[in-house]
Amino acid sequence: MAAWTDISGIRQKIADSSAEEVTASYIETIKQSKINGFTTTWDEAINIAREIDAKGHEGPLAGVPIAIKENISTKGLSTTCSSKILQGYVPPYDAHVIEKLKEAGAVIIGKTNMDEFAMGSSTESSCYGPTLNPWDHERVPGGSSGGSAAVVAAGEVPVSLGSDTGGSVRCPAAFCGVVGLKPTYGCISRYGLISYANSLEQIGPLATNVADIAAVMDVVAGYDNRDSTSINRENNYSAALKDDVKGMKIGVPDEYFGEGIDEKVNNAVWDAISKFEDMGATYEKVSMPHTKYALAAYYIIAMSEASSNLARFDGTRYGLRVEGDNWHVMASKTRAEGFGPEVQRRILLGTYALSAGYHDKYYLKALKVRTLVKQDFDKALANVDVLMAPTMPAHAFKMGEKINDPLSLYLADVNTVPINLAGVPSISVPCGLVAHEMPAGLQIIGKHFDENTIIKAAYSFEQNTDYHTERPKGVQ
Amino acid sequence: MVYENPDGVRIGLEVHVQLNKLKTKLFCGCSTEYHDSEPNTHVCPVCLGLPGSLPVLNEKAVEFAIKIGLALNCEIIEQTQFHRKNYYYPDLPKNFQTTQYDFPIAANGKIIIEGEDGEHVVGITRAHIEEDPARLQHMGTIDKSKGTLINYNRSGMTLIEIVSEPDMRSPKEARRYLEKLRSILDYLGVFDGDLEGAMKADANVSVFWGDRVEVKNISSFKGLERALLYEIMRQKNHIRRGGEIVMETRHFDEARGVTVSMRTKEEEHDYRYFPEPDLVPMRVADRVPGVRETLPELPDAKRERFMKEYGLGETHARALTTEIKLANFYEEVAAKVDPKDAAVWVSDTLKGELNYRELGIDSFTVEDIVAVIELVTGNKITEQSGIEVIRTVLDEGGKPHDIVEKKGLLKVEDDIVAKAVEEAVAENPEAVADYLGGKEKSLNFIVGKVMQKTKGRADAREAREQLIEKIKEQN
Amino acid sequence: MITKEEVEHVGWLARIEIDAKQSDAYAEKLNSVLDYFGQLDEVDTEDVPPTYHVMDVVNVFRKDEVKESMPQEDVLANTEHKKEGNFKAPKIM
Repeated sequence: MAAWTDISGIRQKIADSSAEEVTASYIETIKQSKINGFTTTWDEAINIAREIDAKGHEGPLAGVPIAIKENISTKGLSTTCSSKILQGYVPPYDAHVIEKLKEAGAVIIGKTNMDEFAMGSSTESSCYGPTLNPWDHERVPGGSSGGSAAVVAAGEVPVSLGSDTGGSVRCPAAFCGVVGLKPTYGCISRYGLISYANSLEQIGPLATNVADIAAVMDVVAGYDNRDSTSINRENNYSAALKDDVKGMKIGVPDEYFGEGIDEKVNNAVWDAISKFEDMGATYEKVSMPHTKYALAAYYIIAMSEASSNLARFDGTRYGLRVEGDNWHVMASKTRAEGFGPEVQRRILLGTYALSAGYHDKYYLKALKVRTLVKQDFDKALANVDVLMAPTMPAHAFKMGEKINDPLSLYLADVNTVPINLAGVPSISVPCGLVAHEMPAGLQIIGKHFDENTIIKAAYSFEQNTDYHTERPKGVQ
Repeated sequence: MVYENPDGVRIGLEVHVQLNKLKTKLFCGCSTEYHDSEPNTHVCPVCLGLPGSLPVLNEKAVEFAIKIGLALNCEIIEQTQFHRKNYYYPDLPKNFQTTQYDFPIAANGKIIIEGEDGEHVVGITRAHIEEDPARLQHMGTIDKSKGTLINYNRSGMTLIEIVSEPDMRSPKEARRYLEKLRSILDYLGVFDGDLEGAMKADANVSVFWGDRVEVKNISSFKGLERALLYEIMRQKNHIRRGGEIVMETRHFDEARGVTVSMRTKEEEHDYRYFPEPDLVPMRVADRVPGVRETLPELPDAKRERFMKEYGLGETHARALTTEIKLANFYEEVAAKVDPKDAAVWVSDTLKGELNYRELGIDSFTVEDIVAVIELVTGNKITEQSGIEVIRTVLDEGGKPHDIVEKKGLLKVEDDIVAKAVEEAVAENPEAVADYLGGKEKSLNFIVGKVMQKTKGRADAREAREQLIEKIKEQN
Repeated sequence: MITKEEVEHVGWLARIEIDAKQSDAYAEKLNSVLDYFGQLDEVDTEDVPPTYHVMDVVNVFRKDEVKESMPQEDVLANTEHKKEGNFKAPKIM
């Protein structure tokens, strides 16, 4: 029976029975899944669980099953970014976060579905077919870490890892009614994360509650000398789990509550802010004037970086190869067949934006706008502790509704991408059901490396509301 | 006498130096000692460009780059950054090369070469750090290729690209530049120039102050001169026939000694440079004083010192200071014997024997050459025997004194020579008479007899002198 | 706005084979996005420096110490196109 169990609950179950039994029961639940959240389940998982039983349940996540997004390298386990071009690719090494999880005793139970190469907000562009939203199978789970959010919401796994380049952890967290955190840029090592836009992205945890987010952060965050952008900074995330926001100053940026925001979502988020006032916090309006340009700047930068990051997929060393008369033809045919239409579009646009004659107009311009967006955050956060806003403009849309209009899909990211441009941390927590009984997310944004404050805010909110007890039909 | 440069030749060189004396590659910890290894055995996720891999910069590579910049009299930049140079080629694991674009680590330098008209300054535009691509091998011939084999052992090695101003006015000056550059790099200890792939050059050549043509694929000093001679002649002929020289890239075919146009789509390069997001900027100005202190005495300074300190002529000084190992070897020898003798024996004799056998100065010890020099200058063996000893050491091994003994090379004692001289004079009266009559050649004949009698161990010059004395005496 | 020829040129730069019949349709889809990007022209960015790295970190290095390389079989494990320890690819041109 699919159920939401937090990490401490699971550890209790393991102590009462065994890691092997707990893992086996999750595997059973996954087998019954109807949402296509998992792309692979790992045969080794049960053996790993058995070993953990033998070794005596050491490690903060000992025996806890975890699901990993398809773009994080797992040694010996296929990693495809949900793309045809990487079919058959089995990494010979583990990502840093995987090493950390293994050290902590976690059981990697499988890989989760995503938008191809993390390019999307609905998980509809996956070569494995879309993942269904557990709350309503006709709706999208969000993206690009749709699989990671959906499997947690469906009770198929307690925690998962996703990646967030322009909202890809927070968006599905909001659409699937779970908690998702994008940490400060540099907080979690990207070694092993298959790059989409490397100056923007971070790996982030998803869970049913804030304490589990902190527990996973304690294991996977931290310095890695294999990632030159990794920041050397020790932190205890679980120590931030305090129910106390007295005196906390909240900034509310008008620009995040624009006309595209659904009325019910708007109300849910304002209710949440009122709740914070009840809990002793205060809020003030802040101005972030460059917000409306953030989306264009984000996409130009992301596509430009992507056009270079994805250049290596040419059929020579791994993945799909389509034969050609010569190497250039082989590469061109392989990429034409191996990449889906959205990925191809973004690569072409990115190549164009970097090309001679257009470089200054698009790429360089976008980087300057990025500076202005970052300055908006610096100014806005100067006098407050956190910012709050809706994570997504509306609840999860229906499957197929936006996939044929790329621009409309991009516009859904309007509240999430500025955060990636600035590199600040942000967490999405459920703040109630809105239209069609679908979940909505409250986004709490912090200063650089101040995850502790946003975790504390999120935890306090959770402790003082019931929203985190809402779950999809059929899940306990 | 200023060199006229009648054809208006301008040559610039872009030289890629592989820092194979670093222990590891530029962005990963793979060992650089791959030259005799099986393919794809010095590879890791980073230099293979596996998805998810990330580069981390080798600190020592930066140090070496600064060292090279300083030795080339460049300014070292305050803040610099790596860029991606995006293009598709099978030798690039990521289909971009991580390099430096508008902020090279070193710029605005110069070196002095032996030009057509004496000392000539060649400007150094810039020097920057970049990674080496993989090694390609064509299956079949380059025009009838059946496929390409790719070996990533070389991928990720550190390269320093050194770009000169087009200040060279002849193939000879270009060669001198390359030799001087190699000499400086040898002194710095940043690379072993003998290893495969250590140094490659591309040349930019123009005549009559026209457009420049790039010539690629030059990998030897001789190749450079041949390529340039060919290309200059080709351009001159083309202009003479009424043609125009347009900017293009040509490939040097070493086997045929010609340059061939590379009119392929590869020419349409838009590299879409942008700063590498996975690598943070470097601020290295504060390292410069420290690195400057580690600079050794460079070739020009050493040559001048040798001339002053050891009283050597320019030719010897130059020959002895091209390679640092040879210079150091010489100084150790010169500390023990007369420096001028040392110069002749090390530079002329020993180096000659080593070159002939394609050996380096490592193949001989200071101790051994000193022994040989002392035996000769101490009049114990002849000069010729000295050479023989050196050859024997190289070809068969052994110590000089043992070889002298075994081969009986000790000069004959004076009385044995005197006896042989006496006998030779007595036994060859016609020759003596002929010599007295003015035939110089007859003396040689008698010297020959003396040598026969002493089984070649007499010093020929001494024997000749003693003969002349004896003959005079008797007549 | 991007022309059909530019689409084909960019397709070549990016090594993605684009059917000549498709390049018109492609240009259209790309232009709607490029149109949206054009709004950045409204922003005054004079004297604004570009942000290449969002964190102000410099000088990250590693020591010149050898780490173990991958075994040859692992290097070649993800392809069937190999020969005598090398990767095998079609001729270049």
